[in-house]
Amino acid sequence: MDINAIRQMFPILDQEVNGHPLVYLDSSATSQKPIQVIEAVNDYYRQDNSNVHRGVHTLGTRATDKYEGAREKVRQFINASSAAEVIFTRGTTTSINTVAYGYARANLVAGDEIVITPMEHHSNIIPWQQAAKATGATLKYIPLQEDGTISLDDVRETITKNTKVVAITHMSNVLGTINPIKQIAEIAHAKGAVILVDGAQGAPHMTVDVQDLNCDFYAFSGHKMCGPTGIGVLYGKRELLEEMEPVEFGGEMIDFVNLYDSTWKELPWKFEAGTPVIAGAIGLGAAIDFLNEVGMDNILAHDKKLAHYAMERLSELDGVSIYGPQDRGALVTFNLDDVHPHDTATVLDAEGIAVRAGHHCAQPLMKWLNVTATARASFYLYNTEEEIDHLVAGLLKTKEYFGNVFK
Amino acid sequence: MSLNNLDQLYRTVIMDHYKNPRNRGIVAGDAVTVDMNNPTCGDRIQLQLQVEDGIVKDAKYDGEGCSISMSSASMMTQAVKGKKISEALEMSHQFSDMMLGKELNTDELDFGDIEALQGVSKFPARIKCATLAWKAMEKGVREE
Repeated sequence: MDINAIRQMFPILDQEVNGHPLVYLDSSATSQKPIQVIEAVNDYYRQDNSNVHRGVHTLGTRATDKYEGAREKVRQFINASSAAEVIFTRGTTTSINTVAYGYARANLVAGDEIVITPMEHHSNIIPWQQAAKATGATLKYIPLQEDGTISLDDVRETITKNTKVVAITHMSNVLGTINPIKQIAEIAHAKGAVILVDGAQGAPHMTVDVQDLNCDFYAFSGHKMCGPTGIGVLYGKRELLEEMEPVEFGGEMIDFVNLYDSTWKELPWKFEAGTPVIAGAIGLGAAIDFLNEVGMDNILAHDKKLAHYAMERLSELDGVSIYGPQDRGALVTFNLDDVHPHDTATVLDAEGIAVRAGHHCAQPLMKWLNVTATARASFYLYNTEEEIDHLVAGLLKTKEYFGNVFK
Repeated sequence: MSLNNLDQLYRTVIMDHYKNPRNRGIVAGDAVTVDMNNPTCGDRIQLQLQVEDGIVKDAKYDGEGCSISMSSASMMTQAVKGKKISEALEMSHQFSDMMLGKELNTDELDFGDIEALQGVSKFPARIKCATLAWKAMEKGVREE
């Protein structure tokens, strides 16, 4: 992997922020976009823009071909057995809500259980809280180990014959924990439950093979994997999607409309009411081409190496708490003693370094960590060890700065 | 921007309020209690106000947050104590204006240390930290 060549493809990285070269360490929030993606969206609007699946005219055909071509790219990217199983959504949140409404609320009754973990992002907690309230089902949590991982024994203990849905993140956006999805899916299936995987942090960083994982649903966003905002994917096994009712109704998703009754298009379009995010899907397709060219295995190795290096460098500093397990994905969440993470992030920003500070949409996990907020540096294929050195230097300055103003 | 520019934000007086908070605690006796948080970042404040005859007799706060939000709470409670409700609301209004870069009008009202927070206006991402305690105060006196 030639990092310099990769960095050249990301025009946004070539700038100064507050008088320093930009060090972008917030890719878990959203990744930057390579020129290929920017141009794919630009080209579409300049040359092909038209609505899909309805025009007889040439532009309509071109737009449809590109849109459906992007779907096929997604299918290959996650190794779904059919493009009918790939639904375009607004993002991970919409994908999870679609299952919470279309599957959980439709099928669950009082006494059933939904099982999640305390390391979930709010978008993989609240839809299930609401589904549990609406159906009378019980929401249960697989407890976390001290290091922020989950044990398969606890998974076996928590998932019972009453469990109907298991929803779990592929990779924690705070701890960096990568969960053993395949094994958890096996346990869930043995008890008759379906499993949804929140892949918002998984899909950008590792090879996802939904057939090998044997997950029933896999949700992810385009914007965290070099694609545009506003486009995401819900993968679902065909037999489950077939039996689910659509969540949204309107144009594009219908077969026949009568005065008092209508029928739906076949998969995947029955879940895509209204004009879809055509440019976003095309941009996501370009992002997938780009990621494939670099190679997902190379990306994971690079990201893990950076996370490992960052852990090593940060633990050399005095007064730094690092959260999460040793073996992890592309991020490090931490706090400096006696400095609030917002203040840390402000000082780093003055040095051109962009990190996230706050609760990372994971308030239950913050409670478990016994903190109100943390700072997080997250990495992607365009980041370098040198940038982590800048981060460490920035943190030293932060400590020095607050050491001085407190004097 | 160099680290020196940060001095506009982190003035000594601010860090003093952060390290040595004034009016942190619970009001003895009857008081209106307001809980407020900043959902985007997790800062939270519990503010207690004791209002008698239209005058803020006592103000205390507790909470968790960054240096800006907590020092702002400390300064705000100091400043509004002894003020009429109308004056406290006027101060809050002026504080919001200060976050937009305007000067405080200190001719008629004693703002105490609050002017030190003027530098926050140059850090748009931190304005919400500074205004949290003031929003809580506004809510409190309106409930009263």
